[in-house]
Amino acid sequence: MPDLLLELFSEEIPARMQRKAADDLKRLVTDGLVEAGLTYASAGAFATPRRLVLTVEDLTEASPTTTEERRGPKVGAPDKALEGFLRGAGVAREDLEEREDKKGTFYYARITTEGRPAAAIIADLVPQVIRNFPWPKSMRWGSGSLRWVRPLHSILCLLNREDGAEVVGFEVDGIPSGNTTEGHRFMAPGRFSVTSFEDYSAKLKGAFVVLSAEDRAEAIWHDATTMAFAAGLEVVPDKGLLAEVAGLVEWPVVLMGEIGADFLDLPAEVLQTSMREHQKFFSVRNPATGRIERFITVANRDTADQGATIIAGNAKVLSARLADAKFFWDNDLRVARDGMGDWRESLKSVTFERRLGSQSERVERIAALAREIAPMVRADPTAAETAARIAKADLSSEMVFEFPELQGIMGKYYAIEAGLDAEIAAVAEEHYAPLGPTDEVPTAPLSVAVALADKMDLLTGFWAIDEKPTGSKDPFALRRAALGVIRIVLDGSKRISLGPLLAGQVAFNYGASQFGDFQSAYRMLAASADNSGRDFVASDIWDKYLEQAGDVETDIVMEAKKVVPEISQNLLSFFHDRLKVHLRAENIRHDVIDAALAKPPTDDLTLIVARARALQAFLDTPEGENLIQGFKRAANILTQAEEKDGVEYRYGADVKFAETEEERALFKALEAANAAIAPALKAEDFAAAMSHMAHLRGPIDAFFEAVQVNAENDIIRRNRLNLLHQITETCGAVADLTRLEG
Amino acid sequence: MADLTTPRSFQEIILRLQAYWAEKGCAIMQPYDMEVGAGTFHPATTLRSLGTRPWSAAYVQPSRRPTDGRYGDSPNRWQHYYQFQVIIKPSPPDLQEIYLGSLKAIGIDMDLHDIRFVEDDWESPTLGAWGLGWEVWCDGMEVSQFTYFQQVGGHDCHPVSGELTYGLERLAMYVLDCDDGNEMPFNDPDADIPLTYGDVFREAEAQYARWNFDVADTDILLQHFKDAEAECARILEQPADDLKTGRHIIMALPAYDQAIKASHVFNLLDARGVISVTERQAYIGRVRTLTKMCADAFVQTDAGGAASP
Repeated sequence: MPDLLLELFSEEIPARMQRKAADDLKRLVTDGLVEAGLTYASAGAFATPRRLVLTVEDLTEASPTTTEERRGPKVGAPDKALEGFLRGAGVAREDLEEREDKKGTFYYARITTEGRPAAAIIADLVPQVIRNFPWPKSMRWGSGSLRWVRPLHSILCLLNREDGAEVVGFEVDGIPSGNTTEGHRFMAPGRFSVTSFEDYSAKLKGAFVVLSAEDRAEAIWHDATTMAFAAGLEVVPDKGLLAEVAGLVEWPVVLMGEIGADFLDLPAEVLQTSMREHQKFFSVRNPATGRIERFITVANRDTADQGATIIAGNAKVLSARLADAKFFWDNDLRVARDGMGDWRESLKSVTFERRLGSQSERVERIAALAREIAPMVRADPTAAETAARIAKADLSSEMVFEFPELQGIMGKYYAIEAGLDAEIAAVAEEHYAPLGPTDEVPTAPLSVAVALADKMDLLTGFWAIDEKPTGSKDPFALRRAALGVIRIVLDGSKRISLGPLLAGQVAFNYGASQFGDFQSAYRMLAASADNSGRDFVASDIWDKYLEQAGDVETDIVMEAKKVVPEISQNLLSFFHDRLKVHLRAENIRHDVIDAALAKPPTDDLTLIVARARALQAFLDTPEGENLIQGFKRAANILTQAEEKDGVEYRYGADVKFAETEEERALFKALEAANAAIAPALKAEDFAAAMSHMAHLRGPIDAFFEAVQVNAENDIIRRNRLNLLHQITETCGAVADLTRLEG
Repeated sequence: MADLTTPRSFQEIILRLQAYWAEKGCAIMQPYDMEVGAGTFHPATTLRSLGTRPWSAAYVQPSRRPTDGRYGDSPNRWQHYYQFQVIIKPSPPDLQEIYLGSLKAIGIDMDLHDIRFVEDDWESPTLGAWGLGWEVWCDGMEVSQFTYFQQVGGHDCHPVSGELTYGLERLAMYVLDCDDGNEMPFNDPDADIPLTYGDVFREAEAQYARWNFDVADTDILLQHFKDAEAECARILEQPADDLKTGRHIIMALPAYDQAIKASHVFNLLDARGVISVTERQAYIGRVRTLTKMCADAFVQTDAGGAASP
């Protein structure tokens, strides 16, 4: 059976697109082959900067011939109907068969689809794949209309069998398929022909092209680490860079060079970022000191001087780059040592969001909130406010303008240079965390306060102007911010009531978006509102604002009074949704969280999670599962009776009306359970509370076994229904079990 | 003609590039006589990349980026610098090879250096233009921009132009092995009167840096911007039929001069620090509106490929 070899040879394909393009080529061609009725044993795809390659092994020679029978119109139907059928089936009138069944006599056509040779199928399929290829960005060139990632130059398409290879002939926008390709652009110019994949990969290697990206990456990493090790140094691992560099070369040659002595004192992050972003160099560090001392670059060729010219050139370019970095660093240090005032001033002219004002105003809002959060996380309020004020100062620095990814990291260096305490300086870097789901959360109290304030201000701000995430769109990374708040709060089980904090900050941000000058008005009012904190903001501030501002538009204020609580509640629900997603990883069911959320307070994440964990753990035991059944039975009977009678059975269950032993035992068990549960709840030991509930399982089961709730005697019946209510009350102490599904 | 000897001066690199591209059939044009931020602004590139008429040109374009001024003290940054620009429409299939030939022509030995084409998509918000291509790296240094224009002035390019831009100072410093651009020989170092790049430009750099950053009258500049904007629109509002000559004359080029002017005034205002981040986008949008109007007009002209009425 033949093997297929396909190569699409073009000008340089962006490194970041190569892997997916190879996968897409494999998927689209093999799917197309299978759809056309061919089968194959295996397939592989490869990419280099100048080519996408697909090899398919043991392809069937042809698709099978198939026949299909199709029923047509009734015999005697109008000619038009018959003609239509003949056209659709592609058969002639005399080929039709007449057959009778219960419904009458019908025409039948047998449609035979001849099998097609693999070559014909490929010749149809490949041009389609090329024309519809899912490049993230594609272009036209010259006078043509074909779109490809960069100009496509040649197509190699072969079917080879033991007796030789045939070119699968087709043409795409003037480019004919053939059996030739090129090797390395500089080391082996000129075209050559190939006969099979083995022949192709061997000849490519001879022409200085390593076909597999994995092989190139492996060779680069091996040579780089060996070279660094020989010099007593180590390469800073960087998988993303390795993959990118492997996509920039067909013939990787690893070279190591020196970093100019003038630059060795720049922060390691600056050296690494500059080298990686601008030059795609690996950093080589001294394992003893952690200092970056050399660079590794990957060239695309061997040279007669063993790369000496290339290293010298790269070192020179790096020096120019680092001279820029050093220039920024030196300038920044001047501003930093001067207290960073210039930067904080210039944040005033940087717009954060049109409706939410400048970065400087946002920093003020964060500082006020951080101050308020501080005592809840054992941080000093004044230090938290100071830290928040400087945490974003580096956004105005030259270094961060040049390398945005160094935000926070530079802030820490500069804060230290400004003479601030190490704890306050660390906030600049740590308040952005956690950035990803695996990123560590900050633990230092000051960083926690500012990190929470930063994220909560972001969320309340965009909620206030109604820019919430929708579907896959979340341009301001609000989901990430909410998850960050959740993870920080849950880390170490912090006790924070989010509700008032959110409401206050929503008021703040809503005010900013509506009045512009709300911030100063707020501070004035808050100062005079003796310690009533955020609750004050959410409740009375609007009336006070009206009193003080006088001629401000009453309509807007009335609207604010109405919408701020709604917006805050909506945001809290968003937190609940994110909490469910977050707890999915712990195998806590969403309905378990709903059950926990039905118990106030709903804005204390640690408490919600404690309830949910206790309930989930309980549900995972046989006792738990059984007790839930008993609870549901009690709740159902009770609900039905209440609906039927139009009254609520709540109070007055009395053991003196109990008729059976089982009833009396249940009264007793409930009493005992309640006595044990109350202190557990008080101690917020929900697991203990649930385990006391578990003791009810036996008495409840026995009760239902022995007792008919809807007794003839109305007093006894009412007493039993009231008893059922006691069961639901006691079992619902930790979470609302009626929310559980199934 | 490829001369593998290393050039000895800045001007020799320019001369060799001109000779090379002349040999490849380009019309060697002269710089556009207005202040522009980059060689792309020359109407020989922006406007000529529109429409169906084949085009092939190369030229040096003095360019100004006021914010890059360093008073002549930086070894590699100037507010006035040179770009060498090549534009060929439709882009020939072997444009990469022809381009590599130009590097050989200025003395870069392909056997010793590492040349790479690294993804770099080009976009000019003020020109309403974008294209795909690469930065060309020589031993890790960007020596050129290589772009296939896809859209200019809001118009799809059919056929597509291939555009090359060489940053001449940086390239020359590399080829001539100079660490300080100001020390780079401008003319033949053995000439009777040898001149360095700094001899030619250092004084001007200091004067312009001071004017750009601190002295330029922003009220006047803001007025210039408005004037250019208004004049551009007014020119294009004129009926195409000229009453005096009885001819059909669409004045896309004079209008485009006003767009160039507005763009440069915007750059000056930016250097004076009077444009906020939000205003910035608005200004760029206003210049783009002008270039788009000019492009719309140009494609209705004969040179822009419209059939003569």
